[in-house]
Amino acid sequence: MAYVAIQGGQRATEEAARLSEYLRTEQGIEGRPVSLDDIKYQLRGLHSRILSEGGLYHPDLAALAIKQSMGDPLEASFALRAYRSTRPRRMETAAHDTSRMRLVRRISAAFKDIPGGQMLGATPDYSLRLLRFDLMDESPEAFQEIAGTWMENLNADDVPDTFPKVLDLLREEGLLASSDNDGSEEAFDITRQPMIFPVPRSAALQSMARGETGSLLMIAYSNMRGYGDVHPTVGEVRVGYLPVELPHPVTGTPVEIGEVLMTECEVVAMYEGGDDAQAQPRFTVGYGACFGHNEVKAIAMAILDRALQKGMQDGAANPSEDPEFVLLHIDGIDSMGFCTHYKMPHYVTFQSDMDRLRTTQSKKERDL
Amino acid sequence: MKNDTPYTPSTAYPFGFLDAYAKREIRRSILKAVALPGYQVPYASREMPMGRGFGTGALQLTLSVVGPDDTLKVIDQGSDDSVNAVNLRRFIRKTCPGIQTTTLTEAATVLQSRHRIPEKPLTEEQICILQVPYPDPLVYVEPTEEKRRTMHGEADYARLWVKLYEDMREFDEITISHRYPTRINGHYVLDPSPIPRYDVPKLNRSRALILFGAGREKKIYAVPPFTKAEPLTFEDVPFRTETFVDADGNRLACRRCGATDSFLDEFTTDTGEKVFQCSDSAYCLSRSQGPASAIYTEARHDA
Repeated sequence: MAYVAIQGGQRATEEAARLSEYLRTEQGIEGRPVSLDDIKYQLRGLHSRILSEGGLYHPDLAALAIKQSMGDPLEASFALRAYRSTRPRRMETAAHDTSRMRLVRRISAAFKDIPGGQMLGATPDYSLRLLRFDLMDESPEAFQEIAGTWMENLNADDVPDTFPKVLDLLREEGLLASSDNDGSEEAFDITRQPMIFPVPRSAALQSMARGETGSLLMIAYSNMRGYGDVHPTVGEVRVGYLPVELPHPVTGTPVEIGEVLMTECEVVAMYEGGDDAQAQPRFTVGYGACFGHNEVKAIAMAILDRALQKGMQDGAANPSEDPEFVLLHIDGIDSMGFCTHYKMPHYVTFQSDMDRLRTTQSKKERDL
Repeated sequence: MKNDTPYTPSTAYPFGFLDAYAKREIRRSILKAVALPGYQVPYASREMPMGRGFGTGALQLTLSVVGPDDTLKVIDQGSDDSVNAVNLRRFIRKTCPGIQTTTLTEAATVLQSRHRIPEKPLTEEQICILQVPYPDPLVYVEPTEEKRRTMHGEADYARLWVKLYEDMREFDEITISHRYPTRINGHYVLDPSPIPRYDVPKLNRSRALILFGAGREKKIYAVPPFTKAEPLTFEDVPFRTETFVDADGNRLACRRCGATDSFLDEFTTDTGEKVFQCSDSAYCLSRSQGPASAIYTEARHDA
């Protein structure tokens, strides 16, 4: 009589866990446990996504989460996010200047050439998505050979430490409003305060930074296709390692404590008039940033940031401009959890539903 | 970056899983919820290691209020042994070393439940914590939270009344089956969580403190002890709980314990026969096999 009859749930869940563990190791003697480094280095796309959606920059634990969830992105982000709940937040960083990123890639779609140069980096953007059958049975020697000889003819000193931001060019020309935010404004923290709408932009940005990639993409795509009018130009996408500083506990001076791999995108959108009649019209900006190398996510986020700013200013004309609609429906942990919960027993509520329907039916029958 | 810290359960997780600041925040929110009966207190819900929608809100409340000397009961659909109840209980035992668990309603100091309030009346020594998927009853009529907050503040429930009226016009019956909107202490209307209508009267002047935790929606609310709780209805339309009667109008009995005063689950057996059985398994077991049978208070767990 199903899995709740009255007793037996305990054993059922234990056996389900054991079976999952068997599936993880099903290769048996042919298999070897995947190492955390294998995941970090060879499943970079997935690893980046988990760092970002898990909302915790911990490359080792992100790899562990991927391993134990057998590569399910929602489950892996979930485990990482849940671990976060066990740790107090002791300090806050100051605002960080992303022009200091140690870049691995930066491009602009707005200008053919930019100060510092376009830097394509590692991207599948211009590759043919043909299956590489040569990788089906790759030899360890060939695999190791590629990285072993890679640095031979490269000069690491050729790469500058900082690159100017493309958007600063537009600001200098007066095509873009200069930023009214000097970084001193305290950021909203959605992990310590519930969002009560309307929320400040920092709350929206933080929600999106750990939002689920597919959810962000879907709502941003609706805007791109016509349920909205951001019409973005990618001013700059940059990917790299940002040095992170914390105030020294004694002296208070900023001390570098490490670096995080992150993706940042700034989109330039259609211009609008200033607050008063004298003000010049200027381009508007949308901003996206997240942990890891996740370009689609950062671009989608930048478009949504622009759409939400417009919605907050003029009222939402479509879902992508509605802060409640966007921000409360993009979290992968929330949405997958609630979707999954429908598999749990609902006997009591369904009993109650049947009671209402039967009563209504019998009344109808009586009336006929 | 290599991290050399070893991760073992005892060093990786504090008592009650959540960090101390989180628990303090939740306890403060609970106090506010008690002070404003029925008001949804927003709080910064933390991610728990089980799915949103599986009781993470109630779980955060439970973990924030229990101490090592508490005795805990966890039920789902009235059953202590439902997979989700088992899972939550196991997690709480693992992360709260020293805590005792029980299936006996009267032995528990803290009860966490999904979709039911136990049949056995609760006492002022107990806290009942309900899992909540939708904290706001106004979501039936208004999707925007910002607007709903204003409506609650003004006790403007006109559109809920209209919804009830429209039901009467169309079906001659209020069709809300569970999550029945209930007015607390004459002001705020709350969503009592998906308990059946059968359990709604148990909220009224309950001796136990009843807490509601919505993790995904980040809200905590309460029905404090001895507080008025009235399901919304019209003067000439009485509030009606689920009925369990046969074709002749006789009250159906539980096939196991014979109770005619409990909420019944309906089953169809393998032979196609329709049978009824108590939804509250502890109540059923203690009636059919004596109270001792329902006790399986686990030994103190030394994690």
